[in-house]
Amino acid sequence: MSASLEKGVRVLKEVIDAPIASYFSSCVHCGLCAEACLFYTETGDPKYTPIHKLEPMRRLYEQEYTLLGRLKKMVGLSKPVTDAELGEWQELVYNSCTLCGRCSAVCPVGNDIVYMVRKFREGMSASGHAPDGIKGAVNRTVTIGSPMGVKLPAVKAQMKHVEEDYGIPIPLDAEGAEYMVMLSSMEIINFPEYLGAIAKIMKQAGKTWTLCSTAFEATNAGMQIGNSDLARVIVSRIVEGAEKLKVKTVISPECGHAYTALRWEGANLVGRPFTFQVKHIIEVLGEFQEQGLLKTEGFETDKLTFHDPCQLARRGGVIQPQRNLMKMVAKDFVEMPDAGYMNWCCGGGGGASAIEEGEELRLEAFKKKKSQLEAVKPDRLVTACANCRIVLEEGLEHYQMDIPVIGLTEMIAEHIPDQTKSEGA
Amino acid sequence: MNEIQLLTWVRGPGLDIAVGIFLLGVFWRLFEIYSLGRKKDLSASRSAAGASGWHTIFRRSLPPEGMVKKSPVSYIGGYTFHIGLAIVVFLFAPHILLIHSLTGLSWPGLPSQFIDLAAVVTMAAMVVVLVDRINKPVKRYLSTFGDWFTWAVTFLPVLTGWMAVQHLLLPYTTMLALHILSVEVLLVVLPFSKLFHAFTLFGSRWFNGQVNGHKGVAV
Amino acid sequence: MHGPLIETLARQGVTRRTFMKYCATLASMMALPPSAGRAMAEAMASAPAASKRPSVIWLPFQECTGCTESITRSHSPTLEGLIFDVISLDYQETLMAAAGHQAEEALHAAMAANDGKYLLIVDGSIPLGLDGAYSCIAGKSNLDTLKEVAKGAAAIVAMGSCAAYGGLPHANPNPTGAVSVSDIIKDKPIINIPGCPPIPTVITGVLAHFLTFGSLPELDQHGRPKAFYGETIHDRCYRRPFYDQGKFAKTFDDEGARNGWCLFELGCKGPVTYNACATVKWNGGTSWPVESGHGCLGCSEPDFWDGGGFYKALSMPADPLKLAGKAAAVGAAAGVAVSFVNRGKKSAAKSAHETTTLADLEK
Repeated sequence: MSASLEKGVRVLKEVIDAPIASYFSSCVHCGLCAEACLFYTETGDPKYTPIHKLEPMRRLYEQEYTLLGRLKKMVGLSKPVTDAELGEWQELVYNSCTLCGRCSAVCPVGNDIVYMVRKFREGMSASGHAPDGIKGAVNRTVTIGSPMGVKLPAVKAQMKHVEEDYGIPIPLDAEGAEYMVMLSSMEIINFPEYLGAIAKIMKQAGKTWTLCSTAFEATNAGMQIGNSDLARVIVSRIVEGAEKLKVKTVISPECGHAYTALRWEGANLVGRPFTFQVKHIIEVLGEFQEQGLLKTEGFETDKLTFHDPCQLARRGGVIQPQRNLMKMVAKDFVEMPDAGYMNWCCGGGGGASAIEEGEELRLEAFKKKKSQLEAVKPDRLVTACANCRIVLEEGLEHYQMDIPVIGLTEMIAEHIPDQTKSEGA
Repeated sequence: MNEIQLLTWVRGPGLDIAVGIFLLGVFWRLFEIYSLGRKKDLSASRSAAGASGWHTIFRRSLPPEGMVKKSPVSYIGGYTFHIGLAIVVFLFAPHILLIHSLTGLSWPGLPSQFIDLAAVVTMAAMVVVLVDRINKPVKRYLSTFGDWFTWAVTFLPVLTGWMAVQHLLLPYTTMLALHILSVEVLLVVLPFSKLFHAFTLFGSRWFNGQVNGHKGVAV
Repeated sequence: MHGPLIETLARQGVTRRTFMKYCATLASMMALPPSAGRAMAEAMASAPAASKRPSVIWLPFQECTGCTESITRSHSPTLEGLIFDVISLDYQETLMAAAGHQAEEALHAAMAANDGKYLLIVDGSIPLGLDGAYSCIAGKSNLDTLKEVAKGAAAIVAMGSCAAYGGLPHANPNPTGAVSVSDIIKDKPIINIPGCPPIPTVITGVLAHFLTFGSLPELDQHGRPKAFYGETIHDRCYRRPFYDQGKFAKTFDDEGARNGWCLFELGCKGPVTYNACATVKWNGGTSWPVESGHGCLGCSEPDFWDGGGFYKALSMPADPLKLAGKAAAVGAAAGVAVSFVNRGKKSAAKSAHETTTLADLEK
């Protein structure tokens, strides 16, 4: 019970660095970032302009780290940041930002706005202005082990279920395996097919793999809320697990921000480079495909399109493998407008989907995805992020669009010839 | 003070003071900004970041796909006035002479009729982007005193320079003095206002490109 | 058209037709309507006998006699010179035969006889330093003389840059405390005819205007007749096309100089100089400075002597940027100082960091 404005300000002073100083000094208020943000384009409300979401941090930077800003503050030209102000900004920093990074991709002066939002969240969470929804998720992840409250017995039950269904053993805590497979709670609860798909794919590729009993949950609500201390607690479990099992590669599940948390933030959170590699499952599948370890048969014949998870594509650099995989199993694969690097967010990333009071805005923003889908009218929508999948399903249901959403890994697995049972998948 | 005295002052002590403050400000601000440093990125890079920072410095000068349609005034107006400014500032014979006398560098200029046209186009574009800033909800919402002020500080040198050459309103000598004075105001203001983006945008783009390069995002 | 002037002209071989043409030219130069030329001719031709011609008193102060030279020392006879036939030049130290007390008597006689009507021409600046001791005539300082003579004048013509602006004596550091006529006399119409020296035609034009209409022509903000000082040398210069094309002479003997290219880079002050040299020219229309290959010095502008080097292009700063290096160093030092403070602040925030626990997310 110690969150306070002072603490928030102190944390912000800690995280403001040269890039942020450079970004704030470069902004000319051209407003182009607004055009890249679905919360602005779908609502038309200028307060959702990405750079505006950082206004308190900009002022704090100016007042703390520039001589002129200090003078302005002294003579009263620049007002100090107040607790009430941060409270007001909560909606802008969390509900209306999914850390999708489109703004960072279009800014003409090159400002990485999302980088700043991520840092601003450090101050917001330290000053007690994080939304309850994400706070709950962090709480459950830290205390129980997963944001949805999933515990090891649930995972074990799923493992057993999959083993029965697929006839393939699911290794747990197998030391020296090449791959350590991570899951997201969504996959454990909502999309159990994922684990079976992995089993099939790994078996076909002839790779050794394992789950880890102390680190099966890949999602990191600590990163979403923007608290590095808590994010470190969560990511450390994975690091310890991977090091204990001496795996070569940790596979991030079909979950965008879990990938970012592990792949790009992880080493920085624990303060040392990893001794293992981190790959998204799509990257692994792409490698298998290239090496000829992934063989499929048959094609989906209906019209499919692919929704790029922001953290995988724009913020993660994985854009081509998913397309190669789609083409491997889909006859009629069409791209939505802006697909790939500039794809539009589902509207629920970066923790936004956990914020109950943000639902109305989220559905409003979903109109962007709706128009993208209407442009190509697919029969089904494929993606590679369980969170995207949930948010997409909610949005599609709300707008009464009958487009099933499926995970790419599962779809690939369905086309792997079954080697144990006579009937195909 | 008569206009020759004013002209003499702005060409002499005035310019010294303005360039002095400008240089002082630029160095000061650059240190102030970039000395904050950043943590070394400990995550393994997908590919060596290499020249992605430099690439982004160049690439961000071009509009991302589809963005021109979304905000045509920002892009077309922005390009026109930035390029126009560059032409007027760097290709007008008397300006080249000034640069030559200060640095020893020289290059051929453009005919004054062309410069005249460029100045008019530049001013027109600046007026259009100003109107856009007033009309567009996002821009108006974001705009602070600094935005209006820096617009004026940028516009005045072009206007006074053009009026001096065209002999409008005031005698040439007075207008020339005002022109140089307005440039001096611009120099003094630049490091301490958002006009400093002329310097920091390179750093910003570089940071952004570096991070993306580290992640293997092709931009 | 008859009169003493026409007769004098005829004796000197100048026809009536030539005189009319001169007046018409003068009028057009001053941008007056064509009828004004005829009015001028009439006014001057019908000038009465010597005793009743308008009285003109010419006071030379701190000057070099260049202005007098300019108007008188042309080939004789000239139409400019003949203007003196329509005025009664009652006092001009350089030209008058009288000297000493006689000269002073002539001055006071003229002042008394034409009180409130005479035209006062002044050339040279007025030194105020040491109570005006730098320049005295007949035991009186120029300042006292000017005040005394100006009192009864109908109008004053400040001839040349010294009388108009203080001129060379006024140049930094102005040891004699030289000032212009208009710095001292505030209650009389003053017309400035600056130039070092001014163009003779300009002088006669102004005099003709005064004689014809009894008033001064339209003046600019420096009290100069707009008719002659309305445009810059640069705008009327025959070398202007080269400027527009960006063709400049770089030295006085390069190809550009030989081709007659623009002298801007060689320090020509034409763009900021308002005068009629480019159109009227000098020495009976023979040539003028730029035509002779030298840039304009800007002599008809205030303080032209202090306006930076004569051979420095207008767009070049008067002073080299001597402060630049220092400014950069001070800026860098300030930046380093600020960055130390900033880094200190940042690491203080860092060391004050308490690891967040779940409870710390709540207020």
